[in-house]
Amino acid sequence: MAHGHNEHHIMPLKTYLKVAGALFLLTFLTVGAHVLREHFEPFSAVIAFAIASVKAYLVMAFFMHLKYDVPSNRLIFATGFLFLALLFGICMLDIYTRIFQGNVL
Amino acid sequence: MSTSRLVNGVEVASHYRDANHQYQSNKEGLWLFMVTEILMFGGLFVGYIIFHGIYPEMFAEGARSLDWKMGFINTLVLIFSSFTMALGIYFIQVKQNKKATIALAVTIACGFVFMLIKYLEYTHKFHLGLYPGRMLHMHEGAPEHANLGMYFGFYYCMTGLHGIHVMIGMGLIGWVMIKNMRGDFNEKYFTPVEGVGIFWHIVDLIWIFLFPLLYLVG
Repeated sequence: MAHGHNEHHIMPLKTYLKVAGALFLLTFLTVGAHVLREHFEPFSAVIAFAIASVKAYLVMAFFMHLKYDVPSNRLIFATGFLFLALLFGICMLDIYTRIFQGNVL
Repeated sequence: MSTSRLVNGVEVASHYRDANHQYQSNKEGLWLFMVTEILMFGGLFVGYIIFHGIYPEMFAEGARSLDWKMGFINTLVLIFSSFTMALGIYFIQVKQNKKATIALAVTIACGFVFMLIKYLEYTHKFHLGLYPGRMLHMHEGAPEHANLGMYFGFYYCMTGLHGIHVMIGMGLIGWVMIKNMRGDFNEKYFTPVEGVGIFWHIVDLIWIFLFPLLYLVG
């Protein structure tokens, strides 16, 4: 019981406003990077997903209250991403070694 | 059922020690459900990336038919709706339940705007004959790549599954909004709002990655 008896952490309104503002700003940044993507090749995809990851962090930490949630809930949610990374990593190993050998399916 | 008791004005089921125990247990179950959501959409993402690796030009051709401005507007709409959803919970926590109802209503309205834009996008593609898989039948010209239908298979599956989540989320928000108007929630008890909120944020979270994947990187 991280927050004692019947206590719910209340985030101030200001925090929500700041997070929403940051999310809007990052969305404009994503689109800005997309418009100028020719200058960023071959990293434009990396930039787009890096910005998306920052946005995802903000949503999870503040809107979903994970920053102030009990550690076990953070661990549970992290497990989902861990297994997704495992699926992703092993699939990439498989498919890209085939592509480099010119031996796709 | 008389298996629950009132503790400090909160209905607590008999198998929980107190309201906090009940709240934490409910939330833990909710997070387990969220893991299944991540893995369900994650499978589609990994599938997309695998076939993108095999047919990069075909995926680029498919992505060209998407209008990133539509996706951009929808991203802003969903982020705003996530914000109002979070406000809904905040207002219940600070005992301003009327404001919470308004925040939840705005969230549902954003869901409608999102689905309306999705509808416009889908009907435009149907109009051009851009159907998934073998059903692809372009009315003007022919696709540069014979297997272009695969791109639209991914497009419709991913955005369609996401759209179903948006609609389910809107229904759930409507349910907690009505419960809130009936006075079922207070600063000590708002677990269903918190749960529906987390579900709605997951919908936003998935769109945050779907938008660059489908519309920008292609």
